[in-house]
This record gives sequence, structure tokens and C-alpha cells, in this order.
Amino acid sequence: MIPAKFDYKPASSAEEAIALLAEYGDEAKIIAGGHSLLPLMKLRLANPEVLIDIGGINDLSFIEDKGDHIAVGALTRHRLVEQSDLLKEHIPLLAHTAGHVGDPQVRNRGTIGGSLCHGDPASDLPAVVLATRASLLITGPNGERKVEADDFFTDFWETAVAEDELLTEIQFPKFTGQEWSFQKFNRRAQDWAIVGCALQHSDNPGIGMINMGTTPVRASAAEAALKSGEANSDVADLADDGLSPPSDIHGQEDYRRHLSRVLLGRALDNS
Amino acid sequence: MSLVGARVVRKEDPNLISGRGQFVDDVKIAGTAHMVFVRSIEAHAQIKAIDVSAALECEGVIGVWTAENLELAPLPGVPGLERPTLAKEKVRFVGEAIAVVVAENSYAAADGAELVFVEYEPLGVVTSVNEAMADNAPLLYEAIGSNVVMEVPSPDEHQEIIDAAPHSVSMHIVNNRCAPAPMEPLVCLADYGPSGLTLWASFQAPHHLRNTVSSWLGIAQDQCRVITPDVGGGFGAKVNFTPELFIAPTLSKLLGRPIKYTQTRSECMTEMYHGRAQEQDVDIAFDDEGKILALRVMVYQDQGGYADPTGMGLPALTTTMAAGCYMIPNVSVAWKNIVTNTTPVAAYRGAGRPEASYLIERAIDQIAYSLEIDPVEVRRRNYIPTENFPYATHSEIAVYDSGNFAGCMDELLNIMDYDAIRDEQEKNREDPGKPLLGVGFASWLEIAGFGPPGSLEGFGHLGSWESVQVRIQPDGSAIIYTGASPHGQGTVTTFAQIASDYLGIEFDKISVRHGDTATIPQGIGTLGSRAVAVGGEGVKTASVKIVERAKQVAAHLLEANPEDLTVEDGNFSVKGTPAQTVSWAEVAWTSFRPLEIPEEMEPGSLDTTVLQQVPNFSFPSGAYGCVVEIDKETGDTRVRDMYLVDDCGTVISPMLAEGQVHGGVAQGIAQALYEEVKYDENGQPTTGTFVDYLIPAAPELPTFTSGRISTPTPNNTLGAKGIGESGSVGAPPAVINAVVDALRHLDVTHVDMPATPQKIWRILQGGAK
Ligand SMILES: Cc1cc2nc3c(=O)[nH]c(=O)nc-3n(C[C@H](O)[C@H](O)[C@H](O)COP(=O)(O)OP(=O)(O)OC[C@H]3O[C@@H](n4cnc5c(N)ncnc54)[C@H](O)[C@@H]3O)c2cc1C
Repeated sequence: MIPAKFDYKPASSAEEAIALLAEYGDEAKIIAGGHSLLPLMKLRLANPEVLIDIGGINDLSFIEDKGDHIAVGALTRHRLVEQSDLLKEHIPLLAHTAGHVGDPQVRNRGTIGGSLCHGDPASDLPAVVLATRASLLITGPNGERKVEADDFFTDFWETAVAEDELLTEIQFPKFTGQEWSFQKFNRRAQDWAIVGCALQHSDNPGIGMINMGTTPVRASAAEAALKSGEANSDVADLADDGLSPPSDIHGQEDYRRHLSRVLLGRALDNS
Repeated sequence: MSLVGARVVRKEDPNLISGRGQFVDDVKIAGTAHMVFVRSIEAHAQIKAIDVSAALECEGVIGVWTAENLELAPLPGVPGLERPTLAKEKVRFVGEAIAVVVAENSYAAADGAELVFVEYEPLGVVTSVNEAMADNAPLLYEAIGSNVVMEVPSPDEHQEIIDAAPHSVSMHIVNNRCAPAPMEPLVCLADYGPSGLTLWASFQAPHHLRNTVSSWLGIAQDQCRVITPDVGGGFGAKVNFTPELFIAPTLSKLLGRPIKYTQTRSECMTEMYHGRAQEQDVDIAFDDEGKILALRVMVYQDQGGYADPTGMGLPALTTTMAAGCYMIPNVSVAWKNIVTNTTPVAAYRGAGRPEASYLIERAIDQIAYSLEIDPVEVRRRNYIPTENFPYATHSEIAVYDSGNFAGCMDELLNIMDYDAIRDEQEKNREDPGKPLLGVGFASWLEIAGFGPPGSLEGFGHLGSWESVQVRIQPDGSAIIYTGASPHGQGTVTTFAQIASDYLGIEFDKISVRHGDTATIPQGIGTLGSRAVAVGGEGVKTASVKIVERAKQVAAHLLEANPEDLTVEDGNFSVKGTPAQTVSWAEVAWTSFRPLEIPEEMEPGSLDTTVLQQVPNFSFPSGAYGCVVEIDKETGDTRVRDMYLVDDCGTVISPMLAEGQVHGGVAQGIAQALYEEVKYDENGQPTTGTFVDYLIPAAPELPTFTSGRISTPTPNNTLGAKGIGESGSVGAPPAVINAVVDALRHLDVTHVDMPATPQKIWRILQGGAK
């Protein structure tokens, strides 16, 4: 499992990383924890010529209380998110879910920014970003811009982060409701979800679904039903409404649809 | 104190857990070049052209070879079905080696391999035995004219008995294809210099490899040294030959440099032999009491793209053991070996026996369903009684040595509360919040301790004995050299235990060396659950002989009669007068001093070599009970409890025996619920990574509850039967019987492995029965 030849450029600040991106253009790829990118490179499914390593930029790893929201740096490792008291208190869904990503080795290396920028519909944290209606700060040659969760995941493994930009921060509104739940259906403890669901129940409920489309997706119909106070079982029946789950070796489309309803039902009952 | 049966700590572990183990990839020789293969991306195709020009330009690449510019004999294999060492004209499975790139380092070799362009003309593909046997199926071997490469027809004399029987059930069942996936893939390093070849390989049978490679290369065996250092698992897949082991020495000779090959995980999943891959037709006829009247078995063995001698022999093992631990008056068996455009199939932990125990244990449960008799009771009514051993079966190969099948079941019901589980099952069915429970049994039996003279020769081995040489050192410590080269079993520990008991030398003063044809006097290897039953017996034989001679030295020193001496804990003493003693160290030292030993003795003559033979196989058995939970909504199926009663005769090392059972059971649960190698309709593997090929880990496995009974084998004096494969033989039927049991209220009678949640969900939806 040997990747193709690449050049390695460690960046010591976000500015330097952006300058390097400008210099190398589409030959370059950012590497954070490497836990999504390196497997692709070893299989030679990704062959970047230059790797810009942001792993050493300590300024991008933080969890800070900003009044109405918690700001999480893009380079924050899953393990820190999982263990953060601030997050456990204010966005418990996020802290809890981070604890279900892969295994301890993966959580000690993988970063929240990497997980989001990878844009994998099978990943756990994008569902949380959707459920919590987080905002994402993206920095590029022309400065910083803010993108809402709904506009971030654009296509299969594609996001709003352009080739010359860096995701720097995610802002999670503090959760004021009481009820939240994360449901992950997989076969082995360290696996990705076959289907999963992240729920935050408040005045404006959020439901993010895992592996239910070509991008991380929101269960909008179920959210609306929940908001209008429909019974849990009726809400759960809408889990896959309007969504197009894939068929693959781990589950056919009809099974995924069924699982999504079961999992949302359990999330609602548990929350 | 006797060490046989004692719970000793593994001698191997301090090295391994402190990072001092040495695997082939750890061996570094200056000047080594690295080889990487270009492998077929087509399952069945003509090779039109191979363009290596870009690869040759690649920095660091030394050369690229194909069947065109490297004359290679085919792999040693099945006459008439030889596998080209590099594909010639045609490829027959995805992963088949087409070209080899050698470079200064493995990075450059991998880059070079990417630049070799192969032009294929795709041919029709068959990925299953059914497709392969269909009329007008594309043929893998045009010259043979059929994809069925071997056929053993059944005499079929029992049709009348089956027709006349009060009851009969027929099943078509699938024994899913599994990938051995050892932690260490295949690695080899060949250094062919002026004084001959040294080949390091991650392999289970160093002498077998030495004998085969030297004759393939046409060099004398004295100039061919094979070293198998620490080996990170093999599960049977490292006894059979693949091209790398022959190409590395060939290129090392050609280039005058050491050549190393380190298989990637992706390659390991498509190129290392797979296991199981059987379909079976089973008919079982029985009377109103559930007593079996006849069993008929037809095995369709998928051989993959090339037939390996062991792969060809798998159905013989399955059909030999098809009647399990039951007295069945009429058994008829038949099989077909069939080639398909998939990875070749050979030995994988259990090799043919898990397929047997699965079919008979599933069939027994069919009787229970038909007659509504408890599955435990059906088993009891059919067990071979203990007084019937030795028991001649329908097969010439198998004369069961000893066993106590009812005793295993009694012990199993001692350690599990069957009635309570049945009560819970009943309650759970009604309670929507509770999972469905299922309980399943397997009274399994396997054939181990390979084997009597003639048994391994058919698979290409030199013999069926095992070599043990014990060399007494002048200070009274001992070194054992054995051909039973382990790959994780703990042989260094068990052999030292046996030797300690029979030599009377302390455990800490006995080392065991293996895995080097330059120092070990011949050998066969570790396979077929034979290390202790054959090699271990050899340790005892050699030790007893040594003590006999050592007593002459001791008697000489003590001025006593050799017959009056005993030896224990490093000392020889006169029976009845324990004060009269001489230490092993003194005896050993003396044995090398011509002036001090009895006149008729030669100096240094304590050392002993044996090629240990055994008169028959041994037949380990056991009774396993499994409890599964099925999520009523998702179909998710988990093993909640696993109760394991093993009877492997005498246990040398309880901890190692348990470890072997736990590992084997984990692999059995894996086969039943998680693992399956799959291909799409074009023969492309769809389970080529550990994301898609699901090997369960500790969180997916229950805590095992173990019991044991011990029925020694008469075929070696230790009474030990072999334990390495038991778990993988017993677990799959226990798990699937439990899964079906959980679904019996829906009239389900069978679920093919692996019982995935999606499959179970479809059944719960009212799909397949
Ligand atoms: C064995 C294993 C099991 C796993 N199990 C799970 C699981 O159960 N659930 C789950 O959700 N995930 C799982 N993962 C994935 C894991 O969460 C990864 O850590 C995560 O997907 C990627 O984070 P990373 O920091 O490693 O990103 P990298 O691999 O370094 O990068 C991923 C992608 O994002 C880009 N990128 C990274 N950071 C930035 C940034 N700040 N700005 C712009 N682009 C950026 C990279 O260029 C690359 O394209 C698993 C991974 C492994 C290896």
C-alpha cells in the first residue's frame, strides 16, 4: 500500500497554508489527521502532488465559549471534542457523537475539519453539523466567509470549501433544548454507520441523516412534522422522505430506508 | 511437578510484546531490491499486449519481467491443471500476477508497476459453481472442455432407502467463501548467492518449501536454505504455493541481488488462497424416532481460477467427516471440483471439516424441526456410543479413535442453563421491547493430528511424520529442534512442557528452535492440527530415549543400577535413597567426556533425533451451545453467549488450548455472521478491504464459557488429539442453528451464512423461509 510520489509542505499558520494552496493550486491537498486522505492515497485513488500539512497549526485547535455559540477549531481532534466539558454541557450531541467515530486511534488523529471537508455521507459529524444548524468559517485568499450547514455539503465528497480555501472554524449554537440523540447502526464497533441519525429536539428541531444520500442530508420532512408536534411514530415514518439512500454491499436501498425510520423512532423515544 | 497440563505462561511472549519478534520484513540485507507485481484487473481475459516501456523509464526501476521474457516452469500443482507462474496468454482471476517490477526500493517498484499497461480482451466470466456448470458456460480451460475438473460420482445406492424412509429432508446449503487474512500477509526475501539460496518466507512449512523450491529451481537441497522466522498467522493459507515464492529466488539469481516481496493487504485479499467456497446438496432420511437411516451428500467445491492440490482434496475431507458423531447406517457421498474466475481456494483453518460439521449439524436440526423433537434429544438418539470405538465410518480415511459425544453434551448442559434460555426465549417473543432469542447446538467432530503414513503425501508433502531433535547441552539444558514450525500456536511452550516432564529438566532450561532448514533435521510443518499430536509425541519419544541413556551415565556416577534411577527437576536419584543424587548438569557434562563415561558409550551420544509417526488420525470433538439475539426491527444478529465444551484428549497447556478454541470460535462466528468474500457479475471482488470484508473484533464477540472433558486418543502415548481447528469447525453450525431457532416461529428452516442483518430483516418481513 504505497502512495504515489508527493511533495510535503508543513504549514505553521493558516495564512501560510493558504499561501501554499495559492502557490500549488489544484496539485495540492490539505492534510489534517490524514485518516480519510491517506487511505485514498495508499489505494492510489487520490494522487496529490503536494501535501500541505496543517497538522501542526495549534491555533486551529480550540474549543471556545463565544456566548451564544461554541467555536471549534477545524483542527480539533475527535478525542478532544469527545472529552470537552464545554461541549458536553452546551452541545452534548456533538461530544457524544465524536466518541462514536471509529476507534480510539482514529479519534486521536482525525479532526473535525477533516471529517467535514471530506464530505462523506457515511461520516458521523456532518450529521451533527446539520442537526445543530452550525455555521462554518472558511478562509481563503480574500479573507473569511461564513457558510451555513445547509450550504456546506454540495456533492459526493464535495463541499463549499474551494481548492484555495481552508475550513478554519465551526460555530455550534448552544443547545437550549433538553433532548438529543445519536443513533448509529453498524456491524462492528469501529465501522462507519450503515445508516445513522443525529437528532436535536428543540423549538427548531434538527435531524441529520448518515448514509442516506450522496451527501450528508437533513430529514426535512421529519423535522417539519416534529416541529408541528406530530406523534413520534409519524415523525419517524418520514425519516427517509425525499431522500435517496444508496444500495451497496452493506445494505440495499429499501433496507436503508427501513433502518432510517427505525433509528429516528429510537432517537425520538430515547431523547 | 508435572508440566503437562500446567497453566504456564508462553515462552514466546516476552519477545513479541517487547517488539523483539523478527518477521521476514524485519530482515534487512544490504543491496536488497524490491519486487512488486502487476496483477490482473480482469477476471477472465486474453492478454493482448503488455507495454512495459514506461515502467522501464521510471526512476529506480531495475527491470520488468513477464511470461515473455522470463522462462518459468509452472507452479508445482495439479498435473494437467498447472498454474503459470506469471500469466501466459490468459488471466483467470482478478489478482493473478502478470508482470513483476523490480526496483531499488519498494516505492519505485510500486510506481513502476503503475506504469505497466496491459491490454486485455475480456472473456465471459463465471463467479459461482452454478454459473460454471451451466450449459455453454465460458470455459477457463478450453482444452479440458468443462469447468468441472474432477468428479467423484456417488454410487447412489441409497435412493430406495431414502424413498422408503418415513421421513426425509433435502437441503441445498452454501458454505461461504472466506479470506484467511492473517495479520502478516505473505512476505519473502530471497538471497541467491554463489553458495546457494537463502529464502526467508512467512510460511507454515519451511522444509516443504525448501524441497519444492529447490527442485523447481533445479538446485541441490543442501544449497537451499529456507528460514521461516516469526510468522504472523497463516490459518492454512501459508502451506500452499503462490508465484512470489518462486519468482523471488529466480530474480535474485538473475540479478545477483537479494529480492524482497512484501504483500499489501489489498493483494492479500485477492491473491492469498481463500477457504470454504462450497455448495452442498444434503439428503437425510430418518424414522419416527429421529434415528437417521441414510445420509447423502453432494459437494460442489469452488476451486477458483487455479486448482491447488489441497483445494482439490477439500471435498474428500468434507465427505469423509460428513456423518459427524452419529451412527448412520447408510452414507453416500459424491463431489465435483469446479473452476471459476475467482481467487484459488485451498486450506483455511478447518479445511473441509467445518463444511462437514456444518452440513450434518444443520441436517440434525432439520430432523428436530420435522419431528418437533428437541435438537439435543435428536443428537442423543444418534450418537455413536462410547463403547463402539474404534469406529469404522463410511470412509476408508476415517476410523474414529475415541470419543464421548454424550459426555460432551452432558457437560455442555452443565455449564449452560438450557431451560432458563428456553423460558426467556418464549417471553421475549411476546415482548416487543426484547430481542428474539435463539439457542443452537453443535455436536461437532473433526479429523486432526495429520497423520498416519500416506495422509499428507497426497498433498505433496514428503511424509506425514514430524521431526524432533533434542540436543543436550553440556550444562544440562536442552535445545529442541523441530520441523513443526509454528505461526502463533505456542509450540515453543508446549514442546518445552512435554520435554520437561519426560527429560526431567526444568522448563526454564529448555529452548525450542524451529523454522530453519539449515539447522532442523527435516520436517513437515504446522497444519492439520498436528503439532502436538505428532511433533509433541516426538518430543516425548526423544526424551524417553535420552533419559534411558542418561541414566547409564548417572548410574555410572552414582555406582548404582540404571533401572533403580528416577529423574525429576534436574536431578537423577536412586529410588528409595533420595540422598543419592546427581544433577542433570553433571550427567550432561560427563556425557561429553570420554574418560568419565561407561566404556561402551560414545561421547555426546545423548542427542536424539526422531521422525515421529502416528498410526492414525485423532478425532477431537465437542459440544457447543450458542445463544443469539436478533433485533426484531433491524434484524441485527449478535452472539450473546457461547458455551464451549471441547474434548481434545490430553491437554498439554490449558491456556494455549483455550486460546486456540477462542480464536477458532471467533473465526467460526465470523463465518456465520460477518465474513464473506463476494464478487460482482464481472468477477470483480467487492470485499477487497477490511471496510467491506467484516472481520469481527473483541466488541462483537461474547465472553466464552468453557467446559472440558478428556477422552485420550490411543494413537499417541500423550493422548493428545489436536485443538487448533476445533473452534472453527464447531462454531458455525452452533451459531446458525441458533439463528434459525430464533426464527422457528416463522417456520424458517435455514439461513445461509453469513446471517447479515439485512438477510434476517428480509426474513422477518416474511421473505425467504
Ligand atoms: C479505521 C477508520 C475508521 C473510521 N471510522 C469512522 C466512523 O465511524 N465515522 C466517521 O465519521 N469517520 C470515521 N473515520 C474517518 C475519520 O473520522 C477521519 O478522521 C475523518 O473523516 C477525516 O479527518 P482527518 O483530519 O483525518 O482528515 P484528512 O484525511 O487529513 O483530510 C480529509 C479531507 O479533508 C481535507 N481537509 C482536511 N482538513 C481541512 C481543512 N481544515 N480545510 C480544508 N480541507 C481540509 C483534506 O484535504 C482531505 O480532502 C474513520 C477512519 C478510519 C481510518
